[in-house]
Amino acid sequence: MTSPMYILRSPNIAARRIGGELMLMASSNASLYSLNDTAALLWDAADGNTPLDVIVGTLCAQFDVSQDVAYTDACEVVEQLAANGILQLSHAPFQTEGSTS
Amino acid sequence: MTIISSHAVDVGIGDLWVRLHTTSAEFAATMAARFAGFMGQVETPDYEFTITLVPPAPEERQEDDVQVWREGSLWRMTRNDFTASWDPVARRGQAEMLLSPYSLDSLLRIVHTVMLAQEGSMLMHASSAIRNGRAYVFTGVSGAGKTTISRLAPTDVHLLTDEMSFIRRTSSGYHAYGTPFAGELARPGENIHAPLAGIFLLAQGPENRIDTLTPQEAVRGLMGNILFFAKDPQLSAAVFDAAIALANAVPVQRLTFLPDQRVWDLIGNTQ
Repeated sequence: MTSPMYILRSPNIAARRIGGELMLMASSNASLYSLNDTAALLWDAADGNTPLDVIVGTLCAQFDVSQDVAYTDACEVVEQLAANGILQLSHAPFQTEGSTS
Repeated sequence: MTIISSHAVDVGIGDLWVRLHTTSAEFAATMAARFAGFMGQVETPDYEFTITLVPPAPEERQEDDVQVWREGSLWRMTRNDFTASWDPVARRGQAEMLLSPYSLDSLLRIVHTVMLAQEGSMLMHASSAIRNGRAYVFTGVSGAGKTTISRLAPTDVHLLTDEMSFIRRTSSGYHAYGTPFAGELARPGENIHAPLAGIFLLAQGPENRIDTLTPQEAVRGLMGNILFFAKDPQLSAAVFDAAIALANAVPVQRLTFLPDQRVWDLIGNTQ
C-alpha cells in the first residue's frame, strides 16, 4: 500500500480570484499562473493535513468520476503544481498552524 | 572647524516630494538639470534622502541587477552604481552613489515603487498622455510602440512620458502624472496630471483596432509592465492587488496600430 500524500499551499504565493478564475503569483519571480477548476479545487483543499485521497474522495462525491481516475489525475496535477513551486508535497502531514500532531 | 555646505533639492514627481541632500554643489546642479520642470520647494517633503558621492570602483562590478530587500524595518537597495537604505516609517534614506543622474533616477524609481505599492499606485513601463482632460496609458514590452505612439501624438495631446508612467490611486480615482523619465524621445514629460480614462496594451499590426480583454488578460498585461524589484511576498501581493484593482476601475484594452497618426483618431478624440 502506498503511503498517503499530503499537499500544502506554498508560502509566498498570492492567490486571487479574477473573473471567476483563480490566478496565482509567485513573489520570488512574479510569475503568474491561472489554475483550471480542478487545480483550483486542489489548491483550496491543500491544507497540509488532509491526505490527497481524502480530498479526491470529497471531490468525487461532487462530480461523476471514479475515485481511481480522479486520484491519478489529481496526482498529475499536484506534481505539476509542485514542479512550479505552487504546492509542497509530502508523505507525512505538514506541521501547520492549527495542526494537532 | 570645517564647515561643509549642504545643498537640498526638492523634486516632486506624481505629487510625491523627495528632498535630496548632498554636500556636492556639482551633484546638486546635476540633479537640478535632470529634474528641471519637476523641482520646487515644499515645507514638508514626503521623504528625504541624503546622497553621498563615491568614486567609481577600480574594478566595476559586472552585474547590473538591482537587488531590493527588506532588512528589519529598513529597505536596502543595491546596484553596481549605488547602495542605499530607506526607512519607510521615518521616511528617510541614505545612499552612496556615483555622480550620475542615471543612478539617482534608478534610486528614485525603486523607492517610488515601494512607496506607491502601499497605496495601490504604481510606476509602469508605459507612455502616457492627456487629451481633452483625460489621461491614457500605453504599455507593452520593449518595441511594442510606446515611443512611436508618443511621436505620433497630435498637437492637442500633452505627453506625460514616453517611458515610465506614474499612476496614483486617489480618493477621486486613478490619475496619471507626468514624469521626467524619458525614453527614446529623450525629453521629459509635462508636469501635469489628469484622471486616467484608459490603458492600452500595445501591439503593432496591419490596422488600427481596439479589442477588449478578459479580466485575466488585463491583469496579466498590467503585471507584466508594472515596475517592481523586491522579491518580498508582502510587497509582491500589494502590487498584484494594485493591478487587479486598477483593471477593475479603468478600461484595459488591446490597441493594435499602424505606425501613423490615424491611430489617434481612436483615442480620446471626444470632448
